[in-house]
Amino acid sequence: MRIKVDAEKCEGHSRCYSLAPELVDVDDLGNAFELNDGEVPAGLEDKARLIVDNCPEFAITIEE
Amino acid sequence: MTDTDAVPCPVGDLATDYDMFDAGYVQDPVPAWAELRGTCPIAHTERNGGSWLPTRYEDVQAMARMVPELSSLSPLVVDLPEEIANDPATGIFSGYNSGAPISADPPVQNWTRRILLPHFTPKAIEPLRDYTERLCRDLIDGFVHDGGCDASVDYAEQIPPRLIARKLGIDESRVDQFSEWVRDAGELGQQDPELRVRSRKTIRAFFDAEVADRRSNPADDLISALLESEVDGQPITDEMVVGMCHLQLVAGIETTRSSIGSALWHFAGHEDDRRRMVDADDELWGTAIEELLRFYSPVTMGRNAAEDVEYGGVTFRKGDKVLMNFPGANHDPEVFENPDEVILDRRRNRHIAFGAGIHRCAGSNLARMEMEVALRTWFERIPEFTLANPDAVTWSGGQIRGPRILPVEFD
Repeated sequence: MRIKVDAEKCEGHSRCYSLAPELVDVDDLGNAFELNDGEVPAGLEDKARLIVDNCPEFAITIEE
Repeated sequence: MTDTDAVPCPVGDLATDYDMFDAGYVQDPVPAWAELRGTCPIAHTERNGGSWLPTRYEDVQAMARMVPELSSLSPLVVDLPEEIANDPATGIFSGYNSGAPISADPPVQNWTRRILLPHFTPKAIEPLRDYTERLCRDLIDGFVHDGGCDASVDYAEQIPPRLIARKLGIDESRVDQFSEWVRDAGELGQQDPELRVRSRKTIRAFFDAEVADRRSNPADDLISALLESEVDGQPITDEMVVGMCHLQLVAGIETTRSSIGSALWHFAGHEDDRRRMVDADDELWGTAIEELLRFYSPVTMGRNAAEDVEYGGVTFRKGDKVLMNFPGANHDPEVFENPDEVILDRRRNRHIAFGAGIHRCAGSNLARMEMEVALRTWFERIPEFTLANPDAVTWSGGQIRGPRILPVEFD
């Protein structure tokens, strides 16, 4: 499983970072980017779905 | 079509005559939103200067992105009278900008936001966590043996102004004044223009002096950091920094106080949820904070149509006030399963309590940290508490909704 953060849509809420710092990091403006090229480590698939379902900008997607 | 009576009367037809200051609406706006979503999802009223009220998530999300059609120059839900708005000393539309980026449109919004945001990322906020924990423990020490307290006045209200003061490098002895000023500028001032303008002048004079002081004596604080900012190679003006300090006060105090207070109100009255949080792990706290933000979203923002613009079958005329009803959007059953229930482990939760789009709340990570620390520290010391007198609880409404008097009791 891979996640992708759309930098055009992200407005820096940082909710993904607060829920899953294992999967994303944030830059100086709070905008998110994927760790590990978006590769979701085994066992963290639920967390990946959680940050997708909590993004108010619809900026995160999952690529199976 | 619309009721233009100046005298308040019971709200008749919500679609054309909602009243954001109606006592019943302030106490519990959820039924009104549900009715409007089904009958007239973009309602209108002539009350309080006139405004449009969307109630569907999809519409609020879309309107938050209608830039530049919907302007943020006056993000108040009740505009200042024109002569005050145009007053260079306190106004919005001329000279002194009272709080960019919140009260700005692009391009000013873009660069003011870029200057401010690095000071409010999760990593920039984390160093304040220890201080916040100490503060919350000290506050609780002050009333834990009294058998009860006012959870809004003695606790929730005490936390945000101290964080803002610390961030700005202002002596803690000023925080009671901060709270009074923002109450006069906001909760009370939204229905009392003279009080509002007096308070805005006070806040401005205070920060004029603080900013002038930091120009001469830079310190390790937000005011000094903002003064060092450059825009296209030019230093930022003192006046703009004064406006950004004003923003810290009016956006960072009553808002977070409301979220902390609403959460404590919820737990005081909901035994199952309260007991569940006593043993909550980090994951449950994570979703619970977001769920409480969703359910009790405190903030409604205002926009004004910059030109005649159509949306969803209605026409906003140039100058019309359009309310960013984030709280109502967060109860839309099209988006949230069982929206009128607090579900502490809710996993699908794209709430917009902090807004959406380019005006997303700049202080959201500070607010979230304060809320988490305030609630976790409370539960460590006071796991069991109930409302002392439900009839004594009061709520503020309009721009910022939350409990203002909240007596609770505990052993």
